Amino acid sequence: MAKIPQRKIHDYLRHDKKFPHVWCPGCSNGIVLGAIIRAIDELKLNRDNIVMVSGIGCSSRMPVYVDFNTLHSIHGRAIAFATGIKMYKPGMKVIVITGDGDATAIGGNHFIHAARRNLDLTVILLNNSIYGMTGGQYSPATPHGDKATTTPYGNIDPDFDICKLAIGAGASHVARTTAFHAIELQKYIKEAIEHPGFSLVEAICACPVIYGKLNKKGDAPAMMRNMRDNSIPIKAAEKLPADQVAGKIIRGTFIQEIRPEYTAAYKVLQDKFVTKEGE
Amino acid sequence: MSKDKKTPKKTEKTEQKVEKTAKRAVIMQGNEAVAKGALAAGCDFFAGYPITPSTEVAEILANELPKIGGTFMQMEDEIASICAIIGASLAGAKSLTATSGPGFSLMQEAIGFAKITETPTVVVNVQRMGPSTGMPTSPAQGDIMQSRWGSHGDAPAIVLYPDSVKEAFQLTIRAFNLAEKYRSLVVLLLDEVLGHMREAVTLPDLSTVRVINRIKPTVPSQWYKHYDENQKYLSPIASFGDGYRFHVTGLTHDDHGFPTNKPNEAAKMMERLNKKIKHNIRDLVQIETESMGDAKVAVFAAGIMGRASKEAVRMARAEGLKVGLLRPLTIWPFPDDAVTKMLKDVDAVVVPELNQGQLFHEMERLVRERKDGSLHRLNRNDGTVITPAEILSKIKEVYNG
Repeated sequence: MAKIPQRKIHDYLRHDKKFPHVWCPGCSNGIVLGAIIRAIDELKLNRDNIVMVSGIGCSSRMPVYVDFNTLHSIHGRAIAFATGIKMYKPGMKVIVITGDGDATAIGGNHFIHAARRNLDLTVILLNNSIYGMTGGQYSPATPHGDKATTTPYGNIDPDFDICKLAIGAGASHVARTTAFHAIELQKYIKEAIEHPGFSLVEAICACPVIYGKLNKKGDAPAMMRNMRDNSIPIKAAEKLPADQVAGKIIRGTFIQEIRPEYTAAYKVLQDKFVTKEGE
Repeated sequence: MSKDKKTPKKTEKTEQKVEKTAKRAVIMQGNEAVAKGALAAGCDFFAGYPITPSTEVAEILANELPKIGGTFMQMEDEIASICAIIGASLAGAKSLTATSGPGFSLMQEAIGFAKITETPTVVVNVQRMGPSTGMPTSPAQGDIMQSRWGSHGDAPAIVLYPDSVKEAFQLTIRAFNLAEKYRSLVVLLLDEVLGHMREAVTLPDLSTVRVINRIKPTVPSQWYKHYDENQKYLSPIASFGDGYRFHVTGLTHDDHGFPTNKPNEAAKMMERLNKKIKHNIRDLVQIETESMGDAKVAVFAAGIMGRASKEAVRMARAEGLKVGLLRPLTIWPFPDDAVTKMLKDVDAVVVPELNQGQLFHEMERLVRERKDGSLHRLNRNDGTVITPAEILSKIKEVYNG
């Protein structure tokens, strides 16, 4: 993995416009943003050709900070906006930044249908297990039993396995890692951007200020250590008995398949008529 | 259109020729006219979700758009549909969605997003009886206020309302033109009975159709402002991929498009949204009048009720009654000036509507302000239309009152 100097990252930021950022001390969002920028720099993509689309939430504030074409849309709908952009300009790299609530609660429908179509979007889902921006309500990814401001007696909801959800819906590239594993994250994001089809990278993030505090997870470094100690690579997990895997964060690429991509399929449809005229 | 689907290429070619030369009348449905109008205006992206009574618009465009290199998407719901057309428009598309009441309600949040981000888009709402699922195949005019105030926050609206199949074609083109010119979401309201009504129309030669396209920026990218206050409503608009790398947000923003919490910048943005409508009322508002010159009683009605009222006015004139019609083709912004003049000129105004009195509510506002004229409502809200004879009898009732 190529090392990208800090100064290089600054080139990609709108640092003269919208800084300081809104994220709390100890938040993992900056690590994920760094991994995204490093992956894009490695791929040497033309910035004019990148659109970063987000919904609403802490992670969805990301686009305003970066010097790409950027769209900060409405809650849960980032993938629907991204679908319109990608379908109209299939040549553009469309990266969706979303959170656990944004993508799997209010935006669940768009998430599964974009995956089903295998539309070439790169969805980077920052899962911090909570609604941070509104002050700490529980999300579909809040672990069972955990506390949030709206589960003061503990969460009785079972939580989503977001990667399994994406695979079940038809995503052709799905990976997960944590903000602690920043280099691995950069690698997965790079692979996701290169993948021709719907790709999901779930980045497990720490929200020490709200989620961590409500659930006595310790400070930011403690939560980072927890990501290190409480996660295992998929290959290691496969060898372990189920009871030893339970409750652990499984890291790795769960699926990576080349399947018919949606904009390409539509192009084939359009081209039928072009050839007819030429006959 | 259904003809095109079945017939071989040869017939298609001859049909095009006929359209260009002889301009023969064709039998066409309102929804079909909307689809044809959209294509004539240069629409190249449609995203929608099936809903009665608007579905034909989607069906026709699913058939036609791929032929011209355009894109048709059937989305997972109406929310996704409008978000997709806004996204496509930001990438440069002339985009459309078509729906009916329940779908229109679902779209309201994103309609506000299109307005605050000044993204050109067109939404067709073929109204049906509500509230809720209501009567899906019955007419009603219940969405007049929703089309104005449906989205949260206080932003103006442009809403057009045709009364015939031909006008549905024309106003669809106009909707796209206004959307591009004013960087705005434009709503086209149709009545269920117009969407599904077939009548003979002679469409204009497509080469004579006036099409307006958004102005593209020519400045170097570092000078580009997505909302250029110096150019007011007609400021150029870059698309994603044009090399300008701008930011679009539903947050209140400054003229570059970056979010702001400063009251002066928020006020400036809101003023901009309102000014571009307020300062262009003459361009935006279209009305039709009939026999208003010496009218003692006037009828004010839109859409299919405007059409029924026209017949009622003709019947009244045939009986020697001095009755006229004012029919707005643009209902939002409301034609305040024309209505105020009418209220001064006549003794009484009858307002037939297929709701509990939504246009009537606006008329009351103007009467309160000007203190002339006398208003008479005529409402029906049972899934059927008010007939010309019924309007005539209301006219007679108020004529000597």
